[in-house]
Amino acid sequence: MDYGSGTKRKANVSLVQVKVGDYVLVHAGFAIQVLDEKEAQETLALFKEMLSLQEEDR
Amino acid sequence: MFSLRDKQLADDIVLQITKAKVHLRFMHVCGTHQDTLVKHGLDALLQNCGVEIGQGPGCPVCVTTTKEIEEILLLAKQGKTIATFGDMTRVPGASSSLQQMRAEGCDIRTVYSIEDALNFAENHEDKEVVFMAVGFETTAPTTASVLLQDPPSNFSVLCCHRLIPPALHAILQMGELKIDGFIEPGHVSTIIGVKPYESLSKQYHIPQVIAGFEPLDLLMAVWMLVRQIQQGKAEVENEYVRAVKPAGNRKAQQILEQVFEPVDVKWRGFPVIPRSGLRVRRKFDSYDARKKYEDALEPLAHEEFTEPVGCLCGEVLRGLISSQQCPLFGHACTPENPVGPCMVSSEGNCHILYRYMKK
Repeated sequence: MDYGSGTKRKANVSLVQVKVGDYVLVHAGFAIQVLDEKEAQETLALFKEMLSLQEEDR
Repeated sequence: MFSLRDKQLADDIVLQITKAKVHLRFMHVCGTHQDTLVKHGLDALLQNCGVEIGQGPGCPVCVTTTKEIEEILLLAKQGKTIATFGDMTRVPGASSSLQQMRAEGCDIRTVYSIEDALNFAENHEDKEVVFMAVGFETTAPTTASVLLQDPPSNFSVLCCHRLIPPALHAILQMGELKIDGFIEPGHVSTIIGVKPYESLSKQYHIPQVIAGFEPLDLLMAVWMLVRQIQQGKAEVENEYVRAVKPAGNRKAQQILEQVFEPVDVKWRGFPVIPRSGLRVRRKFDSYDARKKYEDALEPLAHEEFTEPVGCLCGEVLRGLISSQQCPLFGHACTPENPVGPCMVSSEGNCHILYRYMKK
């Protein structure tokens, strides 16, 4: 598992269904969830959309 | 690089919260949330907008009881090799701490993961290795996964795992504090998903938002709570969609179910909370340190322990006082010489506030 910034360590993947190249959330040496890259990229756009909706409500 | 630190967006969210003109108190139950809030000054920023946020019992090391620490100390004294996470070794029990026992010659190993403890046991067949398993729903599956791997017979766990939703129920039921909304822990929720929080919103009409750990995640979660309150809603919303699926991590849930069963346990600062702990199922008795060493642990079976004199960790964990209101904070109790666990753990409220020098 490559943690970025040069850190590499073995992680246990028995709790997730994962393939090489996926991004995962690691807790205490175990991958606990596969991160959805698309969802991550869309988070900011979603925030902006929610804020603009609030403006329209007013 | 993906980043959730856009200042303009943060300003926009804060503006919306300010416009709402509210006076609210929210609780979160996660050391990492507290770290983000304090490190980035969001606690003060939000206070200016009428929103107070405090940490509840969201530090696994902190809610571990003195009795559980005494259990592991007793096993250490009897020559077992003890393996656990770094913070846990430093928490004082009634008689000593694991760190102190190490200085006195006991075999205490700090590990990053339960797998490190397992590897040690596999490579040292002559030693009895006990892993002190602390943590919420995020960590419990790692313990379960190892027990399913057929560990060697010289390996066992002292199970101190606890569950978040029953503790939230307990806090609201005790009613010591008016809480207008919960910010739910992102990583616990990656495992359990959204559903386990729903009964809380229904029963107590309290809004909840599952949040990630970046500054914008928390600001957004606060605003989502404010918006629910303005609209008279009490729902469970998920801000941390990039990691938390509605159903959670089913594979981890199945593994948890296979290995553990819920049990009534005491939390530091709380009375016994129904079905808030995890006990190793009978099938795995040979790996349950409480069963394996039942005779050795017998002297502690009916012992009750009180908190150290003057220590207000219980009140801090119930959100009744801020760490700075404890007379010991920063004087008699510091990270170098901690009196209570909240000053030991990097997830403890006192340690976080001390670290960023909010005296």
